[in-house]
Amino acid sequence: MFSEAAIKELEELRAKYPSARGALLPAIYVAQREFGHLSSEAYEAVSAALGVPKATVRGVATFYAMYKHKPMGRHVVQLCTNVSCMILGAEKLVDFLKNKYGLEPGGMTSDGRFSLVIMECIGACGTAPAMLVNDDFYENLTEKYVEEILGKYT
Amino acid sequence: MEKILLKNIENSKSADISEYRKVGGYSSLLKALAMQPKEIVEEVKKAGLRGRGGAGFPVAMKWTFASADPKFPKYLLCNADEGEPGTFKDRPILEKNPHLLIEGMVISGHALMAEYGFIYLRGEYPEAKNILNRAIAQAYENNMLGDNIAGKGVKFHLAVHQGAGAYICGEETALIESLEGDKGQPRIKPPFPVNVGVWSKPTVVNNVETLSNLPFIIEAGGEAYAKIGTPDCPGPKLYSISGHVEKPGVYELPMGTSLRDIIYTHCGGIKGGKTLKAVIPGGISTPVLPPEKIDCPMDFVNMPKHGSMLGSGAVIVMDESVCLVKVCYRALKFFEHESCGKCTPCREGTGWLRSILGRIESGQGDEGDIDLLMAVSGNIMGKTFCPLGDGAASVVQNFIKHFRPEFEAHIKTKACQVKA
Repeated sequence: MFSEAAIKELEELRAKYPSARGALLPAIYVAQREFGHLSSEAYEAVSAALGVPKATVRGVATFYAMYKHKPMGRHVVQLCTNVSCMILGAEKLVDFLKNKYGLEPGGMTSDGRFSLVIMECIGACGTAPAMLVNDDFYENLTEKYVEEILGKYT
Repeated sequence: MEKILLKNIENSKSADISEYRKVGGYSSLLKALAMQPKEIVEEVKKAGLRGRGGAGFPVAMKWTFASADPKFPKYLLCNADEGEPGTFKDRPILEKNPHLLIEGMVISGHALMAEYGFIYLRGEYPEAKNILNRAIAQAYENNMLGDNIAGKGVKFHLAVHQGAGAYICGEETALIESLEGDKGQPRIKPPFPVNVGVWSKPTVVNNVETLSNLPFIIEAGGEAYAKIGTPDCPGPKLYSISGHVEKPGVYELPMGTSLRDIIYTHCGGIKGGKTLKAVIPGGISTPVLPPEKIDCPMDFVNMPKHGSMLGSGAVIVMDESVCLVKVCYRALKFFEHESCGKCTPCREGTGWLRSILGRIESGQGDEGDIDLLMAVSGNIMGKTFCPLGDGAASVVQNFIKHFRPEFEAHIKTKACQVKA
C-alpha cells in the first residue's frame, strides 16, 4: 500500500480534478515512484486510492510509453533516436552503450545500475543527440561525454 | 524584430515573477480584466491570430463557438504536449517565460468566461513541470490566479497535468481523453470540444505559443499585432531548426519568413559547408522538400501552395550525408509506435509501411516495393479518425515523390549508395 506521504500527495492531486478519474495519470506516476515499477501491488494501490477498477488502471497505464511495467535500473537512460538525433549520430551512441556497458535498448545492466529506454523525440532537437538520465537533460552528446555523464550516476 | 514571445529570456531569472513584472509582465492582464470578454475576443479577431499547434485555425472563431455554448463551467486547456519530432519551440516559453503563458491563459480564460485551466505538459519535460508549478504558485501568491484575480472579481484556476509519453495526446480530443484519465485515443468529431470537451463541458484547446501571444495583443492592440508577419497569417512565429545547420535553435521571426532565409540567413547555412539534400519544414509529419523548393514563405497559407505545410514550424535540415530511405524508415518506426490502435488502416498500415521500408533500407527490397508502399499509404490516407494516419502516409508518398531514384537504387543495388 501507499506510504502516508504518498496518500497525502494523492489527495492533493485528486483536488485538482473534478473527478477522481482525472487524477489517474498522476497517480500512476506516484505509484511508479513508490513501488519502483508498476507491479500488481502498485495497480491495486492506485485502484484503491482512486476507486478506479484495477483493470482500468492497468489498461490506461499500458497505453503510455513512460510508465514502467518491469523492474528498472537505479538510473534510467532515455536516449532519443528520432530523425534529428539519428542524423547527428544517436545510433552510434546506442552501439556505444551496448559495447561499453552491455546496455541493450529496453534492457538493464547486470548490476542494476542503468536501464536504457529509446525515446521518440524529447524536444532537444537543436542540441542533438540528446538524452535524459532520470529527470536530467543532456545535450550535444558524444561517446566521451556520455561516458563522463554516466560516471556521475552510481 | 523586437522579441515578443522570447522577450527577456536571456535573463537567467526570467522565469521568476518579479523579473517578469520588471519588464511589464501582468500589466496586460490588468488591462484585460477591465475589458469585457467580448472586447478581448474582438481584439484577437482583429489580430488575425491563428493557432500555432499546426492546424492554423483562427483563434477568435474557436473561442466564439465555445462562448456561444450555454454550458458552464468552461475549460481552457493549454496544449504543451509538444511531441512532433523536430519541435522544441514551446520549451523556451515553458522553461524561461512561464509567466507569459500563465498571463496569456488568464486573459484567454476571462475572454472565454472559463474558470478552470490545465496545462497538458508532455512527460518528457520534467524540468518544465517544476518551473511551471513554481510559476503557478507565484501567480497564486500574487493574486494573478485564484477566485478574485487582482480584486477584479474574475476567477481562474490553473494546474499542470503531466502526460506520459504518447505523441497522439497532442491531438486535442486524445488530449482530453488523457486528461480525463483514459487512454489517449481520439474521439470522433462532431461534437467538437468547443461544445462537448473535457468532462463534457465546452472546452478550448490552444497551443502554448498561441496563448503566449495574448499579452502582446492586449497591450499593443489587434491592429498593431496584425502588422507583423503576413496579412493572412499575422504575428511572430517560433521556428525550431535542427539537423545540419551551423546554428540550430529556436528563432522568433515574423510569420512568413522564407525557408531559405531561415536556413541560410538566420541559421548560418549548412554545417561545414556541405550541400543541402532535403528539408522537412514543419515537423516530421509534414511533406519533405528538395533543395530547389525552399523559396517558400513559412506560414499556414503559403506552405500548402509550395507542396508542404507549416505544421509546428519545426525545420529538420539534412545534408548530402543523409540516407533518405533510412530517415523515412525511422519516421515510420515512430508512427507505428505512436499509432493509438483505434483505426485499423493506421494501426496495421503504419506497421506494414515500416516493415517494407525496413527491408528496402537493409538491402532486402523487392522490385515492386515502391508500388506497394504507394498502395499501402493510399489505403491509410483519409481513412482514419485523426491526422496521425494521414501524416504517416504522406511522409512515405512525399519521400518517394521527391527522392524516388534513391529508393530505386537501394532496391536495385541492395545497398545504400550515400557516402556518410
